[in-house]
Amino acid sequence: MTTPEPKPVASTNAPEASETHRVLAVASAGGHWQQLMLLRPSFERHEVHFATTLQDLLDEYSAQPGSVVPDCNRDRKLDILRNLLAMRRLIRQVRPTVVISTGALPGVIALAIGRRYGAHTIWVDSVANAEEMSMSGKLARRFSDLWLSQWEEVASKSGAEYAGAVL
Amino acid sequence: MIFVTIGMQLPFPRLLTAMDRIAGQTDEPVVAQTGPHDGKFETLTGRVTLPPAEFDRTFAEARVVVSHAGIGTILSAKKMGKPLILFPRRLEFSEHRNDHQLSTARHLEAMPGIHVAWTEDDLERLIMRQDLCGASDEKSPSHATLINRIDSFLRDRPLRD
Repeated sequence: MTTPEPKPVASTNAPEASETHRVLAVASAGGHWQQLMLLRPSFERHEVHFATTLQDLLDEYSAQPGSVVPDCNRDRKLDILRNLLAMRRLIRQVRPTVVISTGALPGVIALAIGRRYGAHTIWVDSVANAEEMSMSGKLARRFSDLWLSQWEEVASKSGAEYAGAVL
Repeated sequence: MIFVTIGMQLPFPRLLTAMDRIAGQTDEPVVAQTGPHDGKFETLTGRVTLPPAEFDRTFAEARVVVSHAGIGTILSAKKMGKPLILFPRRLEFSEHRNDHQLSTARHLEAMPGIHVAWTEDDLERLIMRQDLCGASDEKSPSHATLINRIDSFLRDRPLRD
């Protein structure tokens, strides 16, 4: 007879206190990912785990360790569910103390779940949205500790913070 | 060589048709990453997709790049110092879900190396010019500010455990 597994209260395999955060950096393939890569210097001194929707990108940018999650957008509910389950699994595994995303919807999901697990969350809205916060950005607001737009006017209109842009 | 790219997600026949016509008026080869596209081209060389390495190589070899107003392409042009002609997708032709590419193009038109074609005529005129300046790879002060902001946010937050 085996003894039941201990409940993960004060987790038995918790790492020692550290100088660095565990950062989960998430972006969909394409422009979102390129912007995340341009922000790499801001979090690279921490322990980083990347997540995107296309394996090639992890290889091309040497974004390791990294995971691929299923892509999704708001028109396809089943994909959202798939992404949500994959993202929850990933977050339980990585246990990030910070989640950062440049979009799109998979990034919102990462922020929402990450925050439930106690992570600090950062949303950097894509520089593609020069006149209005993106749909994903609006959704991300309630899950973001730091909610940034890369356009001054969009920030002042939406109540986001503006702190520069990758361009 | 002129490289045309329309991104990975949505078709953009208006740009490809215009570029095919322009290709017929110049000796310069025109290579296009076309995405899903019905129909044939008279002159331009179309490829549905290009693997990343080949995409980068073609991008690097091009004299000028023509594309939709996608951020990915704009960042690539910056990285490679290429002159970029943007031809924004429009909602009125069902080329995107909204008109954000128009506003991106309006806001970026002042950037060195970014040239906006608002019409097919603009497109032809810009392509025929041999003096288009390239985009710049320099990290802007604004980029540095953003990196510092995120870095300081992380420093201010309690570390794990």
